[in-house]
Amino acid sequence: MAITSIKNLKEFSTVNERFEGAHLLCPGCAHSMIVRELMNATDDNLVIATNTGCLEVSTAVYPYTSWDTSWIHIGFENAASAISGAEAMYKARKRKGTLKDPDAPVKFVAFGGDGSTYDIGFQWLSGAIERGHDFTYICLDNENYANTGGQRSSSTPIGAHTSTAQAGRVSYGKKQKKKDMIAIMAAHGAPYVAQLAPNKWKIMAKGFQKALETEGPCFINTVSACTTEWKFNPKDTIHLTDLATDTLMFPVYEIINGTELNILYRPKNVLPVEEYLAAQGRYKHLFKPENKHVIEKIQKEIDAKWEYLQRREEARV
Amino acid sequence: MSKGVLATEKRGMRELGAEKAVGWDVVTQGTLLYPFESELKDVAHIRPEERPYSDFNSYTATVASWRVVKPVYNRDVCIDCQNCWVWCPDTSIISRDKQMLGIDYDHCKGCGVCAEVCPTNPKSLIMFAEAEEIEDALAKWPEKKKKAK
Ligand SMILES: Cc1ncc(C[n+]2csc(CCOP(=O)(O)OP(=O)(O)O)c2C)c(N)n1
Ligand code: SF4
Ligand code: SF4
Ligand code: SF4
Ligand SMILES: [Mg+2]
Repeated sequence: MAITSIKNLKEFSTVNERFEGAHLLCPGCAHSMIVRELMNATDDNLVIATNTGCLEVSTAVYPYTSWDTSWIHIGFENAASAISGAEAMYKARKRKGTLKDPDAPVKFVAFGGDGSTYDIGFQWLSGAIERGHDFTYICLDNENYANTGGQRSSSTPIGAHTSTAQAGRVSYGKKQKKKDMIAIMAAHGAPYVAQLAPNKWKIMAKGFQKALETEGPCFINTVSACTTEWKFNPKDTIHLTDLATDTLMFPVYEIINGTELNILYRPKNVLPVEEYLAAQGRYKHLFKPENKHVIEKIQKEIDAKWEYLQRREEARV
Repeated sequence: MSKGVLATEKRGMRELGAEKAVGWDVVTQGTLLYPFESELKDVAHIRPEERPYSDFNSYTATVASWRVVKPVYNRDVCIDCQNCWVWCPDTSIISRDKQMLGIDYDHCKGCGVCAEVCPTNPKSLIMFAEAEEIEDALAKWPEKKKKAK
């Protein structure tokens, strides 16, 4: 496949963009930073399916499309199924010799939010991975159902305020832990699974290229800071993502064939999680004295997870 | 489906939602939107300025009215690092041949990310009020900041 040079940003910036402006995502939304980078990471033809959510709703506002590629939206939960169908049809037609341009390289990609990936499209994604289609699924993880007003999802972390897990006099926000989707996808035996973050643009572009090049179903969870629901100033999207990776709230790592775990980014100075939490309105209530125990719990879990990831990396199992 | 219902000049002329759009009853399942006037092979090797964008491509629309503040670009201090390019969420940093050329004010929403990630001292991108004239903004450019000890 033809991959774009990502040796340095200057070279990367010579690609011809295929994701157009005047989409309607909020100013500073990380969804489009991630999508642009995926599309810029290759010059192969792309067939893209997108679940319902901010990305889909904002890039296909009739009569406009922001996609200079083949792009399909069917429903909330079924981008993984739609892309499976497209990929299977492409293979069948290639076999039968009915493709117009059989030698043109094509990559199949699906995008979904955390709501459609962790919850509502979960079984559809699981099925597509198990069937072994050759595609890359990218979850734009903003830890809530942003498009419908910020409801909690199974990706929302403990302690976060959402419109359906509100913080107030009797509650500190969401009570349950975030689902470990990366482990679940790796347990499917998918050849490439990773968690990546747009602030680390090179690691992310490399991961995207690896997934696109790998035959079989690949899953990538990307940290997508949501200025509206996380409640921070749009100019700070990258700064906040720095805090996410440097507090290890979002460790950056990959798992190959379900076993080989590689940590892709080790912060020089690991920051206390307070710095990440304090930068967002959705965690504001945790700084009240009665909620201090939640911050301690979050920090403990981050430390334990980091320890676990490092051990797995070493053990190669 | 009728084509060109919202036909307009090639780009940057129209405000999204500013004129009467066709009714939603026109949008049925299976609606197709063609981003280009003709079938394009190998889009990734055609520069945006050479593409035959169709009226259905959001490239031909503008979100300029979203802005309260706008980034102003000062070529004098820029090192063409392309930080602004990689992180702009709205494909609004125009870079060609490894050079930063300027801002696409039809698609920029004024989020301020580019100014935030610009590493030069003073910055090569600074946010100014939307109404500020570019020349006036450039005349007000701050001096290099001394490192705090
Ligand atoms: C089956 C179904 N349930 C609910 C909805 C309503 N709905 C549309 S977008 C959305 C939220 C999407 O959240 P997420 O997948 O996390 O994407 P985000 O908007 O956060 O990027 C919901 C609940 C729907 N369209 N279809
Ligand atoms: S609500 Fe959040 S995810 Fe949705 S467009 Fe706005 S910033 Fe992006
Ligand atoms: S202000 Fe935001 S949208 Fe405008 S050019 Fe800068 S990063 Fe892009
Ligand atoms: S981030 Fe600043 S220095 Fe780098 S290319 Fe953009 S304007 Fe120039
Ligand atoms: Mg979401």
